Amino acid sequence: MTTETATTITRTIDARGSFCPGPLMELIRGIRESNIGDVLEVYSTDSGSRIDIPKWIEKAGHGLIAVETREGYDAIVVEKRR
Amino acid sequence: MQRIVILGGGVGGTLTANLLVKRLRRRIERGAVEIVVVDATGQHVYQPGFMYIAMGGERAERLERPERSLLDHRVSLLVGEIERVDPADQRVYLKGGQELGYDFLVIASGARIVPEEIEHFEEEAHHFYTADAALRLRGALDAFAGGRIVIGIAGMPYKCPPAPLEVAFLIESELRDRKLREQSELHFCSPIGRAFTIESVSDMATPILEEKGIELHTFFNVEAIDAERKVVQSLEGEELPYDLLILVPPHRGQQFLIDSGLAPAPGGWVPTDRHTLQVGQRPNVFALGDATELPLSKAGSTAHFEAPVVAERISAAVMGREPSGKHAGYQGRVMCFFEIGDGKGTLLRFDYDHPPKPPKPNQLWHLGKVVFNKTYWHTVPKGRV
Repeated sequence: MTTETATTITRTIDARGSFCPGPLMELIRGIRESNIGDVLEVYSTDSGSRIDIPKWIEKAGHGLIAVETREGYDAIVVEKRR
Repeated sequence: MQRIVILGGGVGGTLTANLLVKRLRRRIERGAVEIVVVDATGQHVYQPGFMYIAMGGERAERLERPERSLLDHRVSLLVGEIERVDPADQRVYLKGGQELGYDFLVIASGARIVPEEIEHFEEEAHHFYTADAALRLRGALDAFAGGRIVIGIAGMPYKCPPAPLEVAFLIESELRDRKLREQSELHFCSPIGRAFTIESVSDMATPILEEKGIELHTFFNVEAIDAERKVVQSLEGEELPYDLLILVPPHRGQQFLIDSGLAPAPGGWVPTDRHTLQVGQRPNVFALGDATELPLSKAGSTAHFEAPVVAERISAAVMGREPSGKHAGYQGRVMCFFEIGDGKGTLLRFDYDHPPKPPKPNQLWHLGKVVFNKTYWHTVPKGRV
């Protein structure tokens, strides 16, 4: 899935170079420290993140806004909903 | 005179010190090089044994020896708590006012557990990350007469990644032996989308969980404990009631590393080059073992394979040559035994480029772990294996 985002990003988590489950754990830390309604963007170079992170977002009841493939990494955008 | 200061007398610090002596003996003997290990307690603790206090009749006194007895006599040992490090000035400050300059610094200060970060953890949850806690868990297991056991992980990264799965397998096996299995439920909670971080190990462990009837809950990041209702809650919104709760406590790097600007808060893990083990852009500062933020197991085995690299790189710098040979760089090598229960185990052996391919569990690997634990004092810290 590739979606253009027009959302305002509250926080960017650069987890590039960190391996599974590093980016997911970094996102979880970011979510814990954020407020409901905040939009977080996580960068990952680990191909597993494209699958794991959206699955976690669904389970945790947050909103997956976008998964974008950029040059050499993925950017996954999530809204904290609870 | 060049001084090499090593912070921490665990596996990584002790082995690095002893390997440096092997490489720099003549320089040390003529007073051109000094090696100092700074340790908070002066006692070397074999932490992998803690799990066996809870699960296998191990005793705390057998897991501890004076650090002095494990260090080569040419290494100085300074017992004291570190307050901070000044990397610009190349000095280490100890609580109580003592200070020490260094030419090379090795950060081998390990990880600490912070159960207090989760409310009610200390009253409600058991763990096996200290000898005392493991003994309390043993007591709770002895008193257990059936019910719901929940095993989970209250924060990543943590020491000895396979340990919670091993504990689940060993408890299941014990409950069968004690004829309590039918009256008991076992739940294993993983913070990620599968049973274990490394996919091949997860693929091995998942059918064993199924076979043993241990229910796997994925994406369960422990958030809170409701002590009144005896329920553990996840960040993802799930709740699991328990009669016996066993949680890996949250871990952090040492506070003095955060205070010294060597590691970012709140984790306190030291940013370390994955091959050279150098810290940041500082050519004379190295880190190994649990203290680093490398995406590797926090385990003695990691420090065991990293120490020869740190020793080679510092020796080369002292001697004014380039690091060379098989220990010039670290390739992510880790090797550890993995208990499955019923007297069986397997082996995890991997590096940055090669994930583990665990062999079919058998009694040999379990015995391998028993022998390794018993012979540790004579082998690993002294650089004999």
